[in-house]
Amino acid sequence: MNVSKKEVEHVAALARLALSEEEKILYTDQFNVILEYIHRLNELNLENIDPMTHVQQLRNVLRKDIAKGSEKELVVRILEESPGKEKEKGFFSVPPVIEGFEMEE
Amino acid sequence: MQEFETVIGLEVHVELLTKTKMFCGCSTAFGASPNTQVCPLCLGLPGGTVPELNRKAIEYTIKAAMALNCSITEEITFDRKNYFYADLPKGYQISQFFYPMGTGGYVEIHLNGSTKKIGIRQIHLEEDTGKLLHLGNIISSPYSRVDFNRAGVPLVEIVTDPEVRSAEEARLFLQKLRSILRYIEISDCKMEEGSMRCDANISLMPLGSKEFGNKTELKNMNSFRSVYKGIEYEVERQRNILLEGAEVTPQTRHWDESKGLTKAMRSKFVSADYRCFPDPAIPPFDPPQEWLEEIRESIPELPDSRFTRFVREYELPPYDAEVLTGSREMADFFDAVLTLYNEPKNVSNWIMSEFLRLLNSTNTEISECRIKPEDLGELLNLMDKEVISGKIAKGVFEEMFASGEKPEDIIKKKGLVQISDENTLSKIIDSVLEGNPSSVEDFHSGKNKAMGFLVGQVMKETKGKANPQLVNKLLKEKIEK
Repeated sequence: MNVSKKEVEHVAALARLALSEEEKILYTDQFNVILEYIHRLNELNLENIDPMTHVQQLRNVLRKDIAKGSEKELVVRILEESPGKEKEKGFFSVPPVIEGFEMEE
Repeated sequence: MQEFETVIGLEVHVELLTKTKMFCGCSTAFGASPNTQVCPLCLGLPGGTVPELNRKAIEYTIKAAMALNCSITEEITFDRKNYFYADLPKGYQISQFFYPMGTGGYVEIHLNGSTKKIGIRQIHLEEDTGKLLHLGNIISSPYSRVDFNRAGVPLVEIVTDPEVRSAEEARLFLQKLRSILRYIEISDCKMEEGSMRCDANISLMPLGSKEFGNKTELKNMNSFRSVYKGIEYEVERQRNILLEGAEVTPQTRHWDESKGLTKAMRSKFVSADYRCFPDPAIPPFDPPQEWLEEIRESIPELPDSRFTRFVREYELPPYDAEVLTGSREMADFFDAVLTLYNEPKNVSNWIMSEFLRLLNSTNTEISECRIKPEDLGELLNLMDKEVISGKIAKGVFEEMFASGEKPEDIIKKKGLVQISDENTLSKIIDSVLEGNPSSVEDFHSGKNKAMGFLVGQVMKETKGKANPQLVNKLLKEKIEK
């Protein structure tokens, strides 16, 4: 199975990465080497082996549903670092999200 | 003309009634000032914080899965669904993509006197996004505000099999689903407040066909009514396209409530490609068997089995049983009245007419209502013992509803005890007959209506307190003499 340059471009677009032509060629080669390595798994007989749901052998624990106090000062500091226009009102702000959409009847 | 079959699959999102978010201890209380219930974890900031699984969120999702007859996953795992959007601080949403909490369940709906099962394909737990607030018009807004209070609130998604066949079935399904989820107390399911949201995948195929047609995904339906109207509109739109011999374009459409139509929403973004993978920061959790048993035992009698019991044990008409079991509070109220006054149909009549009328006209929830079930039981007992008449009882009931007083106190205070003493009534009837000779004449010349008038006069004299059966009997005896 081979990854094409087109697929690299698609993955880059999903990650919002602008790649140069050289990079596209470089990553196409690297993707293929990685996948080739991973595909060696296909040569193994896995018939009686349970699928692995997680890479670590850890088991999780649960937290009680009790609210912690709000961290007002911390939030103010975080807002100060944000590029927003209405920080003093407590809002983050972002460029128009609807760009790229159009409504039609 | 060609006939079509409608195929609908529903995706329902429900916010859980937990006190804190799914992976951090931030409060989930509704209506707080923007960005006051956030922390570095739910804002997706780097800094070594670890997601900590909320026990209640897991418990509620398992409870819902059980109540919807699903089988429960042995291992609880979470995956990352990757996409960029301004309301998603981490750049991915944590969800259960590979192993949903529950699969293969069903919900029963009652339609035209028969029962239909709607399959539940899966139910899983995921986190909600933040909220974008636009300045004025969504399209011309120069920038958008973001409030992350909702980001990370536990959300359950319930996906049906494509077995819903009409707007009416969709509405009935949603109402039953809401009823079940409220019985088990995991969500308040308020569509208007957004704690319950519904999207519908809709397609049409020629009747008898096995192959589904192109589907559209319908969003932005904010009430049971708009789910019904939105689906109805979209089905009709697709039917017209197909009848013209054209093809339905697969797309996402928005229901516009004010205009009563659906609109396409086109996106220039690349098509959805979420590249889901197991979240490396959240190890799997194995729910202990004893815990699962505990959760199962905490599930109360659900609307369907209660419905069946009400019809079989109490011999109620299915319509009564459906209304009474629609909410847990109502069904509990009904059961509680019966422990004091065991005439199910009589109690049902009172609840379905007087009680519902008062609840609706005053916009009162049954949980905040001042009438106690034992007081209604007592009122009905007093009626049966002929202490008060049915008509007086209605007035007493209204008073009980307004003040929360006991029926016997109201009756005593207002002197409403029924007059069932023959002597007293005889005297009143005599004076009524004397005062209305023309009506007596009318009666003898065959006008039966005159009787009703005379009874009315006796009631008027006694301010409605006369025992009606006794008045009828005595009046008849006297006038026919």
